[in-house]
Amino acid sequence: MSKLHDSGVTDQVPNALVQPIERRSFLRYTGAGMALSGLFLAGCDDDDDNNNSGNLIDVGSGDNGVLNYAYALEQLEAAFYAQVKTGTYYTGLAASTSEKQIFDDLALHEKAHADFFKTALSTNAIKALEPDFSSINFNDRSSVLNAAKQFEDLGVAAYNGAGRYIQTAAYLVIAGKIVSVEARHAALIRDLIGYNTFVDSDVVDLFSPTSATSAPGDGNGTGLERSMKPSDVLAKANGFLKEGSKLSANNLK
Amino acid sequence: MDLFKIISDIEKVDPEIYERLDSRRRVFKHFGMAGKAVTAAVLPGLVSGLFQRAYGQTSTLPADIVAVLNLALSLEYLEYYFYDSGLKATNLIPSADRPAFEKIRNDESGHIKVLRGALGSAAIPDPTRAAFDYSGGRGTMTGPFAAALVNDYALFLGSSQAFVDTGVRAYKGGAPVLMPNKDLLEAALNIHSVEARHSSHVRTVRRGLAASQSGQGATSIAGDLNNLGGKTGRPKSWISGTDGGGPSPSTTPSTAPVYGPGNPATGAPTAIFYPAESNTTQAGVDIVANTTGVTLTTAAASEAFDEPLDPATVKSIARNFVVATSTLFT
Repeated sequence: MSKLHDSGVTDQVPNALVQPIERRSFLRYTGAGMALSGLFLAGCDDDDDNNNSGNLIDVGSGDNGVLNYAYALEQLEAAFYAQVKTGTYYTGLAASTSEKQIFDDLALHEKAHADFFKTALSTNAIKALEPDFSSINFNDRSSVLNAAKQFEDLGVAAYNGAGRYIQTAAYLVIAGKIVSVEARHAALIRDLIGYNTFVDSDVVDLFSPTSATSAPGDGNGTGLERSMKPSDVLAKANGFLKEGSKLSANNLK
Repeated sequence: MDLFKIISDIEKVDPEIYERLDSRRRVFKHFGMAGKAVTAAVLPGLVSGLFQRAYGQTSTLPADIVAVLNLALSLEYLEYYFYDSGLKATNLIPSADRPAFEKIRNDESGHIKVLRGALGSAAIPDPTRAAFDYSGGRGTMTGPFAAALVNDYALFLGSSQAFVDTGVRAYKGGAPVLMPNKDLLEAALNIHSVEARHSSHVRTVRRGLAASQSGQGATSIAGDLNNLGGKTGRPKSWISGTDGGGPSPSTTPSTAPVYGPGNPATGAPTAIFYPAESNTTQAGVDIVANTTGVTLTTAAASEAFDEPLDPATVKSIARNFVVATSTLFT
């Protein structure tokens, strides 16, 4: 949304729009519905530029920016599950319980994701982040499960919202390979907290049929996951990062 | 932001804009009615709705995008009628699990709405329930999965898992084609993750069923990699290796292709290819060797990444569940 803003056309229609253009070209602007709305919103969204990014780590721009953004979130998740395994909630679980196996798996998956991004980014990778999990009680099941839910849901919303910034198809596929695993995690953690909450209205725009005999597609809602912009994701993620490890993504566009 | 100025600027390009928007009065009413309630969150919907009505969109969608979206729409119909039939069958789905399958059925209905909206007149017509044969019999209704919609809940769950996992792989495979249209791409990603949530839940329920547990109890049964064969196997909530060929590896049709490779199955690190779900190398990185500080098994390395599937392979799987005369998935 800030792309046009940064290039200095905030409150105006870009020149391309006001100059006489062929109808066919103009239709492209209306695209699949939302293309124009970016232009409009650019005029009212000043927040991105007001961040004082003096001590924030910027994830960068382009594909490296998206990959670093993902790397940052995966680092946070990997650190979280590593710490879960040291708390008395986890250590008190019997070896044969499903919750123990689930957290073992989650810890492995997230570590694999974080290390993958570190290698893929090579010298372009941001530094190792220092998490701040002081708000989480690792000895308490409810605290751990609710934190896990937050991280997993946030991860899914973040990947979905950042897909549009990826320029290389192969990276989009890689992100897609990971986001569905995060969605699997999120759904199971949610089911552990409350059965049948694997999709719920806080993360998915649930669909309600008009009536019990409705034809498919007939009703309210969309059944779409609610994706999030990087600035909103990082506002949440930064709450779990120490000073000096907090992030900005002002150049993702 | 000056919306009126923008509309007036568009007028310079297209003098007929007010006609397209029904009437000038109505345009301003659209925004006037919301008054102070217009926020950044609701504005895109208002504005895009306005311009969609004014200019439409379907004629501008490229053929490859139409093909991807119509394949997705076909799969959503396949899933919708499957879950809807399951919910309509008497005493098939236990009461503790009905809310989940109602949610899943409704999500698919929403996806159908979204895809139809994006495709407009290019959308395939509703094939109706009559187009599908969930027995896998291509219209005989006597295939190996016939009992899934009658009285075999384990088989219903197994079929559900196969359909939804095919869907997740299909959306992942289709995403690159949508890259030129960022809004359609985001919508598809927002469907994709919901399908993965569905898969996770169906797998959780299947796991519980093997120990005759439903409701919250279903979450308390560990996935067991040594017990993946047959329809009563215990899958994890994520895909591990090729999951033993899925819920029904030895029938015809088999569920094995749902977890197998697509075409092409291999490629360079930066190429797009479709390995089996057991793949453990991502972008040229060996995930087992690359992961430090923990002991990562090949199973865990495969679980950490789902794999895409190409349209032709997706169609070859889905075609087993439509009547022979249907043109779906051809």
